[in-house]
Amino acid sequence: MTIASPPVAPPASTRVDTLLDFRDVAMRFANGTVALQDVDLTVDRGEFVTVVGPSGCGKSTLLRIASGLENASHGSAEVDTDRIGYVFQDATLLPWRTVRDNVELLAELNGAPKTARRAAAQESIDLVGLSGFESNLPKELSGGMRMRASLARSLTLDPELFLFDEPFGALDEITRERLNDELLRLFVEKRFAGLFITHSVSEAVYLSTRVVVMSGRPGRIVGEFDVPFDMPRDPEIRFTAEFAELVGEVSHALREGHN
Amino acid sequence: MAVDTRVSRTEPAATTATRLSGPKPPRRTASPRATRIRNIVLPIAVFFVLIGVGYAIAAYYDQVRGLPFLVPYPHLVVQALLFDGDFRPDLLEALGNTTLIAVIGLAIAIVIGMAWAVLMVQASWIESALFPYAVVLQCIPILALVPLIGSLFGYEMPSRIIVTVMFALFPMVSNTLFGLQSVDKGQRELFQLQGASRLTLLTKLRFPAALPSIFIGLRNSAGLSVIGAIVADQFFQRGDGGLGVLISVMNQRLNGAEMFAAIVVASVLGVVVFVAFGWLRRLAIGRWYSAN
Repeated sequence: MTIASPPVAPPASTRVDTLLDFRDVAMRFANGTVALQDVDLTVDRGEFVTVVGPSGCGKSTLLRIASGLENASHGSAEVDTDRIGYVFQDATLLPWRTVRDNVELLAELNGAPKTARRAAAQESIDLVGLSGFESNLPKELSGGMRMRASLARSLTLDPELFLFDEPFGALDEITRERLNDELLRLFVEKRFAGLFITHSVSEAVYLSTRVVVMSGRPGRIVGEFDVPFDMPRDPEIRFTAEFAELVGEVSHALREGHN
Repeated sequence: MAVDTRVSRTEPAATTATRLSGPKPPRRTASPRATRIRNIVLPIAVFFVLIGVGYAIAAYYDQVRGLPFLVPYPHLVVQALLFDGDFRPDLLEALGNTTLIAVIGLAIAIVIGMAWAVLMVQASWIESALFPYAVVLQCIPILALVPLIGSLFGYEMPSRIIVTVMFALFPMVSNTLFGLQSVDKGQRELFQLQGASRLTLLTKLRFPAALPSIFIGLRNSAGLSVIGAIVADQFFQRGDGGLGVLISVMNQRLNGAEMFAAIVVASVLGVVVFVAFGWLRRLAIGRWYSAN
């Protein structure tokens, strides 16, 4: 079942540039659990695709396959870039490192010279609004600020494909909405391809250019919705009738797929 | 030994819940200053009580049993400890020897223990193969090995060091292993995604993450190395003796005051080591890690 709203007006450069291409992907773990089945999904440059689905449906497994942390047991997952950002559910900051040193970590692991990675880190820190907290330790930050630091860390890679594994799931509503806005701003500015996992339907609709709905285990794609709202997005669209309607449709598909 | 290196998340929902759950009973916690004073005054009070008990027991042995050398009066112990010019060189030499054995034994235990743990964390089959021996090591009654160690390595310093290492090794192995394994999965995958080598993973992630646990092991091992050095003295009495030898000798000569003075010095050495490693731990990781 694929319910497609009228397609979004194509961006100025219409060359389709697919960064992530899942073809007939299935995932069966060693213990026999089938997490994913028949998944066909592409993410193009300039797209922000959000996957919603019940917990345990294998959403996160999609990201793990895309990033190479796991191999699909069937089908193929092609990634057309080596600049992949991965934001985990937890901030996964190293508690003994300051914000700056945490943000520098990935460049450090890739062997970037000190001055270059320092500059990249500072730029990312400014971008996520953590300026002034460079010398703080993670334990001195709030949950939202830790997530910002985690985002900044991935941004230093200047990713073309950005994978988000329910990054804001543990945050309170207000912090989450603020970070959603920040993420959209980054998306508009950086134009990466995003694949975002969440179980919040309104977050999915608000953030993405396309929402993909997955069924319960084994996870199958049971619906796809193009989101017609323009980028950059006005936070107020959350309170419009069109937004509510789309949230309703996605929720409906989610409920159908769960049964 | 609950070591949690994960960053705790703030949970606003929980705080609200507690705030709404009605008025709390008035807290009976004293002010920090009062607590500090109490933490100093009370142990001192107990100290005086113990001194009193010491006098009572000494008086009993002196007056009732007629064995004054068995339990000396505390002031005689203090005299032997601080003002006995003839005894002092012996005491200091013994302290020096014991400290030397303990330090060498501890250093060896740290190196072997951490290497052992690092090796085990490389692959689960290595851990399966080697961990049982860490447990066996701890279960061996060292007393049973004394004749063997003695005939293989003699009755002097090398054997004392071996016994000290055997005492101090297990906490280093188990705590380092626990620490190295307690690394958060997400953090490990973060490194994996960048293609980090095993060595990088060890030096930049596993080892720093294990430090809180390693310091627990260090403190336990350091305390045990002092105990080990003194116990080893009692078995291997040849060569330059330490506090353990001094204690036995003074006991045999019925020099109660000197014997107790040596016991006090041994105890102080243990306490100093304990405090020193606590201080070292705060210095090394106190900035980012606080055990609740």
